[in-house]
Amino acid sequence: MGELEGANMEKFVTLSSTVVPLPIENVDTDQIIPARFLKATSKEGFGDNLFRDWRYDKNDQPIASFVLNNPTYKGEILVAGKNFGSGSSREHAAWAIAGYGFKVVVSSFFADIFKNNAMNNFVLPVVVSEDFLAAIFDNVNADPSITLTVNLESQIITNNTTGKSESFAINPYKKECFLQGLDDIDYLISKKDMIEQYELSRV
Amino acid sequence: MKTLFDKIWEAHVVSTVEDGPTQLYIDRMYCHEVTSPQAFDGIRKRGLKVFRPNQITCIPDHNIPTINQEAPIADPISKKQVDTLERNTKEFGLTHYHMGHEKNGIIHVVGPENGLSLPGMTMVCGDSHTSTHGALGAVAFGIGTSEVEMVLATQCVFQSRPKTMRINFTGKLNAGVTSKDLALYVIAQLTTGGATGYFVEYAGEAIEAMSMEERLTVCNLSIEMGARGGLIAPDQVTFDYIKGREFAPKGEEWEAALAKWKELKSDAGAVFDKEVTFDATLIEPMVTYGTNPGMGIGINESIPTLESVDEAGRISFSKSLEYMGFTAGDKMIGKAIDYVFLGSCTNGRIEDFRQFAGYVKGKKKADNVIVWLVPGSWAVDKQIKAEGLDKILVDAGFELRQPGCSACLAMNDDKVPAGKYAVSTSNRNFEGRQGPGARTILAGPLVAAAAAVNGCITDPRA
Repeated sequence: MGELEGANMEKFVTLSSTVVPLPIENVDTDQIIPARFLKATSKEGFGDNLFRDWRYDKNDQPIASFVLNNPTYKGEILVAGKNFGSGSSREHAAWAIAGYGFKVVVSSFFADIFKNNAMNNFVLPVVVSEDFLAAIFDNVNADPSITLTVNLESQIITNNTTGKSESFAINPYKKECFLQGLDDIDYLISKKDMIEQYELSRV
Repeated sequence: MKTLFDKIWEAHVVSTVEDGPTQLYIDRMYCHEVTSPQAFDGIRKRGLKVFRPNQITCIPDHNIPTINQEAPIADPISKKQVDTLERNTKEFGLTHYHMGHEKNGIIHVVGPENGLSLPGMTMVCGDSHTSTHGALGAVAFGIGTSEVEMVLATQCVFQSRPKTMRINFTGKLNAGVTSKDLALYVIAQLTTGGATGYFVEYAGEAIEAMSMEERLTVCNLSIEMGARGGLIAPDQVTFDYIKGREFAPKGEEWEAALAKWKELKSDAGAVFDKEVTFDATLIEPMVTYGTNPGMGIGINESIPTLESVDEAGRISFSKSLEYMGFTAGDKMIGKAIDYVFLGSCTNGRIEDFRQFAGYVKGKKKADNVIVWLVPGSWAVDKQIKAEGLDKILVDAGFELRQPGCSACLAMNDDKVPAGKYAVSTSNRNFEGRQGPGARTILAGPLVAAAAAVNGCITDPRA
């Protein structure tokens, strides 16, 4: 059992956590996990190289100014600038985020493929308004111990410092997958007759 | 009244989960070595076979070296990944064009050139540049490895239905302006996330006037503005391109296919969720100055000033310029460069090599520049030699390498050193994309040729 399969078995209902802020826009998946770390043939170990080139210098020494190297900031929620996860379709980005221990990524905007990849690995992408996002960055800047609460059942995210909440969207099917710890492949396999029927109907 | 996208999408819906995603049937999947091993492991663990092996083509391209492909791959980790793909294709009975195979090359070059990618199809690959194949009038998009596993197991993926956008171009491109410039121009206008959530149809005079290869370049870059994919209605250019290719329909089947393909266009009056129009005659040769493909300007323009960037984006903008070693407000023209890369699924086709060779003919490579010319496939390599372009290139001081993704993402040894500037015909200028610390300036093949000869950013029309 790898770290990820372990995570997959967990059912996601609600999470309260301190946050790791990354107020950068357009964080592409090459930054999340650079291409030279994509050579593994399993899903394990990618968390060690999450944000590798922002996190370590060319001599593999931690770069003190990067947030993951700052012990002040920790938690299971990553908060990032808009258009998070753009670029390459590499699911390794989601494996790296999950492998590091993040369960939720909050941003005002996510790239499409990343969003799917994250959900297929039980990392919940939560879209919030620009104002809500800006407030989190301001609050965590002032006090790194602030927390957010993400309630999947009610689809509400709360900034526990300001007390403000926002609802977030997730399609009901995917929500059920998260709540039950189910994956798409089992569901699709159960539909094989339907797929064969479809194939016959096209000829 | 339907859009072209609607027609193809709807013809492939197997079911729709109530309030959930669409179960979409996939006509063809391409697999490469980087994003497939975990998917094969997944179906192996579930005790499954590949559901429709004849609809899957596997080609290693990301890791392979571009010299000495005759010898085993030196990097043991790359070798393991490439070997793993081969082992998986044998175990599951899939077509595999191994390194050195006459049909090997970059998946998005090989698919169209062999007639594997056809109008009206749905196609996926664990690679965001799968959008390329949309140029043939198809719905093609990149997926993650979990989704690769879905297709291996069931030939279907779950996808939410994207919104539709049409990008129209009035007028034609001017001489010396390439389809790459058109794409970089659009991305700069719409930004790197500007088409997220949409599937784009490209239309209008400039698109209709393009060759098939130019269209492949445009659709290839759809993902760089966040679009799920891009497509172009098939026309005579498309049909002429496909006819006679190895896996294209033949004889009566060709006639039947052609009749169907001719219906593949957006109905007059079809409504798109978003529609934008650009004047193609205003487009200049483009270069990027920053660290995402939306940070592009006309080659004679200046890098934007900090004040012109919206406030929330300023940290990212400054970080980007700092990485590139550029100053806001600077001109790009005349900036010295160290490397030039011609190749990739964006610009690694024969027409790109014709353009590059056409420019450098009778000139000499600048001494201070290292140039990597990497054909997109062995078929492209063969054509380069058949046309004698290789001699022109050698006379001008260049050498040709062997096919693969190469310096586009530097998973092999073709890495640009830290701090060096590379004018690259590839698709991404992200930090470290071409090697840790490498600084990428995206451009078309003509700007790349001019940089290779002059050692600095040069307007190829000058």
